[in-house]
Amino acid sequence: MREALQLMLRIRAFEETAEQLYMRGLVHGTMHLSIGQEASAVGAVLALEPTDYILSTHRGHGHCIAKGADLGRMMAEFMGREHGYCRGRGGSMHIADIDGGNLGANGIVAAGLPIAVGVGLSMQLQALPHVCLAFFGDGAANEGAFHEALNVAAIWKLPVVFFCENNNYAMSMSVRNAFPTELISQRAQAYNLPGVTVDGNDLQAVYGATAAAVARARAGAGASLIEARTYRWRGHSKSDRNLYRTQQEIAAWKERDPIAHLRTQLIADGLLQEAEAEAMAAQVREEIAAAVAFAEASPEPDPRDLEDEVYA
Amino acid sequence: MTSATQPYAETVTVVQREVTYAEAIREGLRQEMRRDPRVFLVGEDIGVYGGAFGVTGDLVHEFGSDRVRDTPIAEEVIAGLAIGAAITGMRPVAEMQFSDFVTLAMEQLVNQAAKMRFMLGGKIAVPMVVRMPGGSGTGAAAQHSQSLEAWFAHVPGLKVVMPATPHDAKGLLIAAIRDLNPVLVFEHKLLYRVKGSVPPELYTEELGKALVRRPGHDLSLIAYSIMVPRALEAAELLANEGIEAEVVDVRCLRPLDEATIVASARHTGRVLVIHEAVRSGGFGGEIVARIAESEAFDFLDAPIRRLAGRETPVPYNRALERSTVPQVEDIVAAARALVRE
Repeated sequence: MREALQLMLRIRAFEETAEQLYMRGLVHGTMHLSIGQEASAVGAVLALEPTDYILSTHRGHGHCIAKGADLGRMMAEFMGREHGYCRGRGGSMHIADIDGGNLGANGIVAAGLPIAVGVGLSMQLQALPHVCLAFFGDGAANEGAFHEALNVAAIWKLPVVFFCENNNYAMSMSVRNAFPTELISQRAQAYNLPGVTVDGNDLQAVYGATAAAVARARAGAGASLIEARTYRWRGHSKSDRNLYRTQQEIAAWKERDPIAHLRTQLIADGLLQEAEAEAMAAQVREEIAAAVAFAEASPEPDPRDLEDEVYA
Repeated sequence: MTSATQPYAETVTVVQREVTYAEAIREGLRQEMRRDPRVFLVGEDIGVYGGAFGVTGDLVHEFGSDRVRDTPIAEEVIAGLAIGAAITGMRPVAEMQFSDFVTLAMEQLVNQAAKMRFMLGGKIAVPMVVRMPGGSGTGAAAQHSQSLEAWFAHVPGLKVVMPATPHDAKGLLIAAIRDLNPVLVFEHKLLYRVKGSVPPELYTEELGKALVRRPGHDLSLIAYSIMVPRALEAAELLANEGIEAEVVDVRCLRPLDEATIVASARHTGRVLVIHEAVRSGGFGGEIVARIAESEAFDFLDAPIRRLAGRETPVPYNRALERSTVPQVEDIVAAARALVRE
C-alpha cells in the first residue's frame, strides 16, 4: 500500500509538473491530465504481474507510471525529445513502454479494446499465462468497438480485463446524458461477463476488483468488465473552460482526493508515519526534477530521420 | 494464358502446373501455416464454410478452428485483434469477406496498424496481413464491388498489394505474411477462378517490384490486378494490327516500383494507365504524376492517358456493371487512339 501511495504521488507530481511546463511554453502539444484519477490507474496496475500487458488511453500518464515507466523518458517525450519513449514522434497521447508491457496510449477513443482482444487471443494461442488489461473511459463505452470487443472476448473466454475509468464526462458529455442505465458495468450482462462498479478513488476497492478479474482471466475463465467511478479535476484538455460542470461539483470531488484518502487511511492503520509521508513526497519531487533535467538535456530529433521508422 | 503473358522468370520453370488464383492463395496459406506455427487465419465464415469465395476451403480441417478462426461479424475487432496478436508474437492473416467491409475496420487499419510503429518511435513491428476480395463483375452491386486500394496507398505505414496472377497471388501473399509491416492484399473476385502456372513449393515474390509482363515499343499499358490480364489480351489484339504494347504489372502500390514504370514510359513514349477503380483520386493519378515528374517526361510523344472506372457507384444490371469498368475493347480502343496521337 505504501508503494501505491508513492506511485500515486509520482503520477500527481508528474502531471502537475507537465502542466507547468506547458504553461511555460516548454511543451508544444496537447495533453490530457488524469489528476484526481490516480487510484484507478494504480489500483488496476498493481493487480497485474510485470509480464502482463496494458493498453492505455489518451489520459494515460497514470497507467504508464504505474506500469513502471521511466519518468525521464516520459518527460522527454512530452518535450518532443530524441530520448523520449517515442523519440518525439508520439508525444503525450502515444507514450508506450513495450518492454514494460505497456502497449501504448491511444488518441482514438475505444481503439485499445479490439487490440486487447488480439493480445488476449495471442496469449491463448501461445498458451502464455499473461493477462491484458485495457483501460478506457466512459466515452469509449458508447463506441461500437466496445461492444464488438466485449462480445468477442466473451465468446472466446480471452484473458482480458476491460477497465472503464468512468470520470463522468466524455469531454463535455455527461454520463447522465450519454447512458440510459445507471451503471456502465451493467453492460457486462449483455455479454455474460462479470461486471462490477467500484469507487475509483478508493485504491483498495480498485485493487480488489481488478485482482479478482485478473485471477479469473489467468485461470482461463475469461474476461471481465470493471467500472471505476472517478473524476478528473482538470479540464478535458487545455482548451476546456469547464462550461459543462459547476465549480461546486469540482470542489466536491476534490474533497474525495484519492491520494489524501489513502494517506489518511495508511496513517490511521499505523502503516505510515506523517514524517514518512512527507519524506515520500519530497523524494517524488526530486525524481520529477531529475526527469525534467533529463528531458531538457535530451537533444531534439533530427527531421532527416523521419521516414526511417515508418516501416520495419 | 499463353506463354507470352508469363513473366520472363516463369518461362524457365520446367514443370508447368496450372492452378487457380484461389487455389494458389490456399496453397500458400497452407504451406506457410505448416512452416510457421505463429501464422493463423481469422475472419468471417472462413472455417467450415470455407470462405465466401471458397479461398480458405478445407484449411480448417488441417489446422483446426483455433488457427482458422471464424469470427462474429465484427470487422473492427477482426482488424484490431490482428494488431494485438501481431505485436505479441503472432502472424495473423485476417480476411475481410468483401473489401467493401474494410470501411468498418478503417479505424484500426489507418489509425492504429499503420501508425503504431512510427508513433512509438520504431519500438514495435506490426506483422499482419489483411486479405480482401475487391472489384466488380459478379452482380454484387454498389456495396460489394468497390476498388478501394487508393485509400490505403495514401497511408504511410501500410503496404498495398494487388496480385494479378495465380503465381503472384501465392508468392506475394507469402511475402506479405513474412513482412514485418501491415500489408493489405486486394484479391480480385473475377480472378479467383483464373488458372495459371504456380510452383508447387513455397516461394516469395518481392513486395514493391513491378514486372514487364509483355515487352513492346509502341506504348506502355500500365495496370494492376484484373486489368493486367485484360491489358495482355488487348496487347494480343493490338499486335494483330501491328501495334506492339508493353504491359507493366504494377503489383504493389505501396511501396511503388517507380523505376520500372518510368523505364517503360521512357522506352515507349506513350502511356496508358489502367485500373478498375474510379478515376478521380484513383491510384492511376499517382502513377501518371510519377512519370510526369521523371526523366521520362522528355521522351513522351503524347499526353499520358488514363482508363479507369466511371464516376459512379457500381450498378447491378450486367450491362450497366460492365460499362462502369474498363474492358478489353476499351483498352484496345484507347491504345489505338494513343498511338495515333
